[in-house]
Amino acid sequence: MKWFDYSAPRTLDEALDTYASHPHARLLAGGTDLLVQMRAGRKETDLVIDTKRIPELNELHCNGALTLGAAVPCCRIYEDAAVKSAFPALAAVASIIGGIQIQGRASIGGNLCNAAPSADSIPLLIALGATARIVYKGGERSVPVEDFCTAPGQNILQPGELLVSIQIPKPEPHSGSHYLRFIPRNEMDIAVAGAGVAVTLNGGTITAARIALASVAPTPLFVKAAGDALVGQPATEESVNKAALLAKDAAKPISDMRGTADYRRHLCAVLTRRALRAAIVQAQEA
Amino acid sequence: MSTQYNVLGTRPIRHDGADKVTGRAIYGADFHLAGMLHGFVLRSPHAHARIKRIDTSKAAQYPGVKAIVTADDFPQTPDRIVDLGEGPTPLSYARGNVLAKGKVLYQGHAVAGIAAINAHVAEEAAKLIEVEYEPLPCVLTAPDAMKDGAPILHEDLKTTELGEKTDRVSNVSTHFRHVLGNSDERFAKGDLRVFEGEFDTATVHQGYIEPHAATVLWNNDGRVLVWCSTQGAFVVRDVTAVLLDVPVQQVRVTPTEIGGGFGGKIPVYLEPVAALLSKKTGRPVKLLMSRRDVFEGSGPTPGSHIKVKIGVTPEGRIEAAQASLAYEAGAYPGAMVGPGTMCIFAAYDIPNVTIDGYDVVVNKPSTAAYRAPGATNAAFAAETIVDEIAETLGLDPIELRLKNASKEGTRRADGPKFRRIGCIEVLEAMKASAHYNAPLAGPNRGRGIAIGFWFNAGLPSSVNISVTNDGSVNLVEGSTDIGGTRTSIAMQAAEVLGIPVERVNPTVVDTDSVGFTHVTGGSRTTFATGYAAYEAAQDVMRQMKERAAKLMETDAASVTADKGVFTANGKSLTFAEIAAKLDATGGPITGRGAVNPKSAGGSFSGAIADVEVDPETGRTQILRFTSIQDAGKAIHPSYVEGQMQGGSVQGIGWALNEEYYMSDQGRMMNSSLLDYRMPTALDLPMIETIIVEVANPLHPFGVRGVGEANIVPPPAAVANAIYHAKGVRMRRLPMKPSAVMEAIGM
Repeated sequence: MKWFDYSAPRTLDEALDTYASHPHARLLAGGTDLLVQMRAGRKETDLVIDTKRIPELNELHCNGALTLGAAVPCCRIYEDAAVKSAFPALAAVASIIGGIQIQGRASIGGNLCNAAPSADSIPLLIALGATARIVYKGGERSVPVEDFCTAPGQNILQPGELLVSIQIPKPEPHSGSHYLRFIPRNEMDIAVAGAGVAVTLNGGTITAARIALASVAPTPLFVKAAGDALVGQPATEESVNKAALLAKDAAKPISDMRGTADYRRHLCAVLTRRALRAAIVQAQEA
Repeated sequence: MSTQYNVLGTRPIRHDGADKVTGRAIYGADFHLAGMLHGFVLRSPHAHARIKRIDTSKAAQYPGVKAIVTADDFPQTPDRIVDLGEGPTPLSYARGNVLAKGKVLYQGHAVAGIAAINAHVAEEAAKLIEVEYEPLPCVLTAPDAMKDGAPILHEDLKTTELGEKTDRVSNVSTHFRHVLGNSDERFAKGDLRVFEGEFDTATVHQGYIEPHAATVLWNNDGRVLVWCSTQGAFVVRDVTAVLLDVPVQQVRVTPTEIGGGFGGKIPVYLEPVAALLSKKTGRPVKLLMSRRDVFEGSGPTPGSHIKVKIGVTPEGRIEAAQASLAYEAGAYPGAMVGPGTMCIFAAYDIPNVTIDGYDVVVNKPSTAAYRAPGATNAAFAAETIVDEIAETLGLDPIELRLKNASKEGTRRADGPKFRRIGCIEVLEAMKASAHYNAPLAGPNRGRGIAIGFWFNAGLPSSVNISVTNDGSVNLVEGSTDIGGTRTSIAMQAAEVLGIPVERVNPTVVDTDSVGFTHVTGGSRTTFATGYAAYEAAQDVMRQMKERAAKLMETDAASVTADKGVFTANGKSLTFAEIAAKLDATGGPITGRGAVNPKSAGGSFSGAIADVEVDPETGRTQILRFTSIQDAGKAIHPSYVEGQMQGGSVQGIGWALNEEYYMSDQGRMMNSSLLDYRMPTALDLPMIETIIVEVANPLHPFGVRGVGEANIVPPPAAVANAIYHAKGVRMRRLPMKPSAVMEAIGM
């Protein structure tokens, strides 16, 4: 690995100043992607800016809605009682990313910025209607998570822009959400395909639904049509199957070492179906 | 077998345990010398290419770089055939795999070594080495490499056909055949039910946790001092001496602790490169492999294509069998196809057998041994067909195997006649096991069984024991301790000496300090080095009895010893009492043991697997798994069980997910532990074990090596279980979810 300088600003302003003057710097939260990529020679930089000491990026606040600082490690998420109660699916996702040691470092914000098509947290964030709060020197903007990733490893952040937090709106009553991934092993693996879903019920009727997929397109894939098709439908196996097939049709996977395109499309239907069933049960019990 | 032992069969704490659990043990990468330089090995990005030019001048000028070496830095000695412990091979091939000359033959093939003030500088500077390649078409599987018109790896490789050297240049290094009876004639009679199939297995890696590591100092006095993680310090010594063209006397190898090997740490990769770099710089040089280097640049086990045909009477008696095994050697000849042909039908007493073996070079890393090398591939094929026979004939799969099981006197197609073996006893233990008799209910679940054989190795070992004046002994040996062998060797000495094993200090020493000892491999260490320890301890006991006789004023012949107490004429002395008086009775006592067993007595192993297949994803979950193995005599049962569990887990990984996933251009796409997908503890149930003890007539305590046979049956057992769960016969490894799903139908 090539040498690099390291900077650990303690305020957002200091971080933005440093970043503005070093637009080729790389931002580090947990480092569980960045350092691996640098060691493998896939990324190179002469300055790493560590964001872990910036208060705004460490905020974890749940009052129905959730403010999730971009550098908050996974372990804080699944150990937080309020988050676990309001967003059980998010707590569950935080607990399947890597092993215990990784979860002590890795952040959901980092998972989003790394923009891997296989990122486990992103389909669920999309399903939950999350937005990314982006700050730059002299301003800020907010972007829906489904618009954040632009290509494998690429996102909409411009040089000098920092992801500060992820904002998740308060779920409606009788809502449920779930993320399921398929991996050949039981843990410590990368999704061959994944499905994140959120549904809201009114009695036996679905009043809102969002579905997003992992590992079947150049970016995490929001399948608006599959969720929309559920709205106004009864929460039945038939409705679930219909949405699952729409999700499968929307997938645009490639064949690689993790699975063939056909197999991944097949998995999209299976995972969407299973995730929807789980989310509906959760909504019914909510 | 009711021999009463004091030490054998107990489970003492291992002598090296404290250092290992506290992190103090020194492994290859932990070793450090003052003034040491750190190196980096530049590797080929191409699977097959001619090297037109290597220009190191820019890299040499990079600040901090001390030396760069390429194949041209090897001594320019004429090519000759050398035997480096795994059969005769041209010296040019042996050197060529360490540093490529003329051509690169696989992605990851080492091209240049570089030494610098630290590893980062070396890595950065290596980017400045200009290598001009002329890419050539590559060939990646045995069937493709055997086709007419396939890209040829070695223009000088002429096929040896049934023992005759031909003039045919091809990728087939050797085609050989074993024949017993006349299988063609027996099949032609037409009265047998015939079962046949073709099978493929992927290239898989041993997956040892510790990457290769070597430090070398080419000292001012001409001695080449090597510290490395290896299964065989003496083999490293001898190979390094040959490659560097220096006398064996000049090389000393000190083995560090080793984090797994499984056969993959027998070949030499880094040591000669570090030696050449040290010679140029006059400083010690350390070279480490990254995980990617391990996958792409060290030796995995061969992928294979196997055909099997078995003929059986309606009653289930196997009368004839044929097999053809084509194994991928990787870049240089030497696939483990010989052992595959020796093992494929070894579990069965079959009168008519023909087995063909093909050793085929392909553009993948030069293969190395992997735990019962060659046998697992073979058993996957044969044991799947045997399961089909049992199902078709309506026989219990264990009964069918018992009906045909090899026993003392059975002749294998490759020649040897079995001495006392435990094939039947292993099958009977499987049949009686709680697992086999437990019901397996529920949809998508199935149970499969299989059996496997490994012949084990004998080979030379040396042990010295010296008696200390406090009644303890120091035991010096040359076998790298991978699976607790310090203790299992010390236990055999302690048993003879009649003292507790805690009174034995076993130490693994360098190649200057003990007699030649072959690799920790072939399941031979507890068997052969244990045998040497037995001999050395007998030598000590003979001398102790003489001293006892002297002290008790009698003759040595009348002294008897039991549990460390020496008795004669109603008087007795303890081991410690005699040890305290060594100076007065003639001086120090040292015992020596040196053995070279020509054969080892093989071990049979069985596996029972319960699986559940997800019908929507094709994913197989192991619900329950039992390994059964003949240990002859289990010296330390915990370590025997550990070997059985480890072999089972590796076999399950081989069965379900592990493979070299290659691009068409011959690039390995999954050279990380993330994407290579070995099973983790979360993927497995506790592996149950049943130790069977059928004493080995070739060892004083009846020991059979247990390191390997246990990996042989698991892939077949899992395949058979998948069949019984979902009705699909998987004929290709790995049986990954997508493959099972395709077989079931999406």
